Amino acid sequence: MKLLRELLFPLVAVAFAFLVGGIVVVLIGDNPFEVYGLLLGSALTWPDGIGYTLFYATPLIFTGLAVAVAFRCGLLNIGAEGQLYVAAFATAWVGIKFGGTVVDVFGKPVGYGWVTLPALLLVPLAILTAVVVGAAWGAIPGWLKARFGAHEVITTIMLNFIAVALVSYFTQYFYKAPGDPIMQTVPVGPGAHVPRLGAFIPGIPERLPVSVAFLVAIAACALVYVLLWRTKWGYEIRATGANPSAAEYGGISTRKQIVLAMAISGGLAGMVAISEVLGYRHRYYDGFSANYGFTGIAVALLGRNHPVGVFLAALLFGTLIRGGIFVDAFSEHVTKDLVEVLQAIVILFVAAEALFRGPFGRFGLLKRSKV
Amino acid sequence: MLELRDITKRFGDVLANDNINIRVEPGTIHAIVGENGAGKSTAMRIAYGFYTADSGEILLDGEVRAVQTPHDAIRHGVGMVHQHFMLVDTMTVAENIVLGAEPGSAAAIDLRKAAEEIRALSDEFKLSVEPNAPVESLSVGQQQRVELLKALYRRARLLILDEPTAVLTPQEVEEFFAILRRMRQQGKTVVIITHKLSEVLAISDDVTVMRDGKVVGRVRTAETSAEELARLMVGREVLLRVEKAEARAGGEVLKVRGLTVSVGEGGRGLRDVSFAVRAGEIVGVAGVEGNGQTELIETLAGLTPASHISGAVQFEGRNITHAAARQRRELGIAHVPEDRHRRGLLLDFDLAENSILGDHYRRPAVSTSPLLDLEGIRSRALGVIRDFDVRPANPDLPARALSGGNQQKLIIGREFELKPKLLLVSQPTRGVDIGAIEFIHRKLVALRDSGCAVLLVSAELEEVTSLADRLLVIYHGRIVGEVDPKTTSHEEIGLLMTGGERK
Repeated sequence: MKLLRELLFPLVAVAFAFLVGGIVVVLIGDNPFEVYGLLLGSALTWPDGIGYTLFYATPLIFTGLAVAVAFRCGLLNIGAEGQLYVAAFATAWVGIKFGGTVVDVFGKPVGYGWVTLPALLLVPLAILTAVVVGAAWGAIPGWLKARFGAHEVITTIMLNFIAVALVSYFTQYFYKAPGDPIMQTVPVGPGAHVPRLGAFIPGIPERLPVSVAFLVAIAACALVYVLLWRTKWGYEIRATGANPSAAEYGGISTRKQIVLAMAISGGLAGMVAISEVLGYRHRYYDGFSANYGFTGIAVALLGRNHPVGVFLAALLFGTLIRGGIFVDAFSEHVTKDLVEVLQAIVILFVAAEALFRGPFGRFGLLKRSKV
Repeated sequence: MLELRDITKRFGDVLANDNINIRVEPGTIHAIVGENGAGKSTAMRIAYGFYTADSGEILLDGEVRAVQTPHDAIRHGVGMVHQHFMLVDTMTVAENIVLGAEPGSAAAIDLRKAAEEIRALSDEFKLSVEPNAPVESLSVGQQQRVELLKALYRRARLLILDEPTAVLTPQEVEEFFAILRRMRQQGKTVVIITHKLSEVLAISDDVTVMRDGKVVGRVRTAETSAEELARLMVGREVLLRVEKAEARAGGEVLKVRGLTVSVGEGGRGLRDVSFAVRAGEIVGVAGVEGNGQTELIETLAGLTPASHISGAVQFEGRNITHAAARQRRELGIAHVPEDRHRRGLLLDFDLAENSILGDHYRRPAVSTSPLLDLEGIRSRALGVIRDFDVRPANPDLPARALSGGNQQKLIIGREFELKPKLLLVSQPTRGVDIGAIEFIHRKLVALRDSGCAVLLVSAELEEVTSLADRLLVIYHGRIVGEVDPKTTSHEEIGLLMTGGERK
């Protein structure tokens, strides 16, 4: 019942977005029913539509959770993008170094591995790397805020630039296959591959890119829920976000919580590497993230910073991404920009409500007099 | 001047105003009293056009008027000052006042003319407000006068004031009452919503008492007493005076020596404060707000940065000058903070979650498990709710949904659960209903009798003198005297509070 009430507004926002989007489609000169039929039909059909939709949703679940955890501690993590880049590169590095020698299709060795670890060791190690490196990168702005009071919005944005530039540099000068015109590292060893769902679940074609990372994302949702609402640590994180003065009064070190929440947030963002590096590209590919970190903010917002909401919102955004490709290709006039219009309107509606409540509500902007 | 006739207003299932009749004579100060939720504010918001009544009529100057919006009300000469001010901090007084009623053409606001008018008004009522000062530079009392000017500038003849003294210090209240009397002299009519009986008796000509959405009485102030008003408000006899036995004080629990706290934001800090609190006694701290009480309690609770503190604080012989808040709680120091919304509660958390704040990491989960024991928390919350009569008795409600008195009872219940050896309690009954005040006072005395040391800070002189066994007076961050609350007079304390010497 409570959940239903919580979901009501996001659902209304989505419905309105589709309505307004439909008007846009009419103005462009297409039939909205056809366009929406195309959009949803391509995204929600079995097996290809759903397989791809889940694949696109996976990284957004991770980044949505990342933003949500930080938000529950009263922090706006704009840095998921940088956190996932650094983590993805580090994960690829582990996959390369511990994945043994890799040969290309012509039998030419392209890997630079030191040793060859079995998949049973290497996959957990690589996943751990993704989480730890993302967490470390996320903890930096947390520490800067706790120690110096530097605002996390500024520091996370700045760290995004540093992260992207840093991994580009390493890719370009140290880990690219010689002569490869594409900005990407050499591939990780086969032992670092996270299998596609189709590889072991009968009935799912193996051509679909949705991988075990999707299952990890579901587990992450459950873990975040338990962490935030069922543990003492989560209580302290949420108390810090809800009212830092009262948290201090209750003997909670808000500085510690800020660093902790940012580290958890960064770790979750880093898990995008499981899907994108270990599960799909099997290498670090420069600029691989389609703004997952930033879209994660929208996902968290739409999902009300709750794991269940984040999961559903990520599915919606995954649907839009998948459907957008088909709308682009097969509709008369409408391009995939329609998807961005829809996303934007959804966010606009949800944000308009957020103006009236929540910790970043309007009283933050239009301050009432001090009492 | 104003008459509400047979007004009824429902909010969902709640009957906020049940067929009420209120008549305000022109040129008088009319108090509307009642406990929180009695329907006073609703009635006045209807008069101001904020809400529309379901039935009944509003008469202004003897004629039935349709007051659908605040605009209608303003047009008929009604102004309202809300409990929370509606001011833009970064704009000047004049800009705030003309907001929504800008003089001059649409393009060019004639601020100079406005400032002149405002200055004239300010002089007329001796408000001493500078029109060109930015609002953020004003004290709370001055901001309130800006709100008054806002109404006067719109030619209000009837002013409705919603809990105007809640945010004022005792001196500001005095000044404010003087202003109201001047307004009455100039022929204005004032309606003041309050639940403080002493103020009703001090300022009003007539009183309308409300309870549970109904008008339960209308009396002339000169012909009534605090006891009668309290009985009307609560619906039963209320003990305004605390009953307590002689304190049986034990050994020193808290010992403060030469405590100095550097000036905090908006406060005066503490200078060389020394005193002790013994087991089984209540030591009161009286003083005008902002004289270091906040710093004193927060420092003793471990909420002041260590670098700001010098001197020594001992708890049961142990030096805790720089101990963290959590450590102090573990030693047995509980704290009822002065500002329950800022410090005491997580407003968006439910009652169960609020009932474990500060204790969440040890009890009720006795194990070292990182998981919260939801069942244990719930049963403990139910215990607090039962023992402290928190209403509504639903641990799943957010703390925000409770009235001030019930929020305060929840906090006090939570802190009592710690079985403290020392209780730091600040403004325990601020914004709390009379019935709940009586209840809280009884609980504090009972805690004292069980052997707990209590340090009580309150801006209500009545409260500290009736509860405390010993009374310290604080002024400009110093303890300027100790008096015996049984033999002292308000005059003696008042003199000490304002820096005067003792006779």
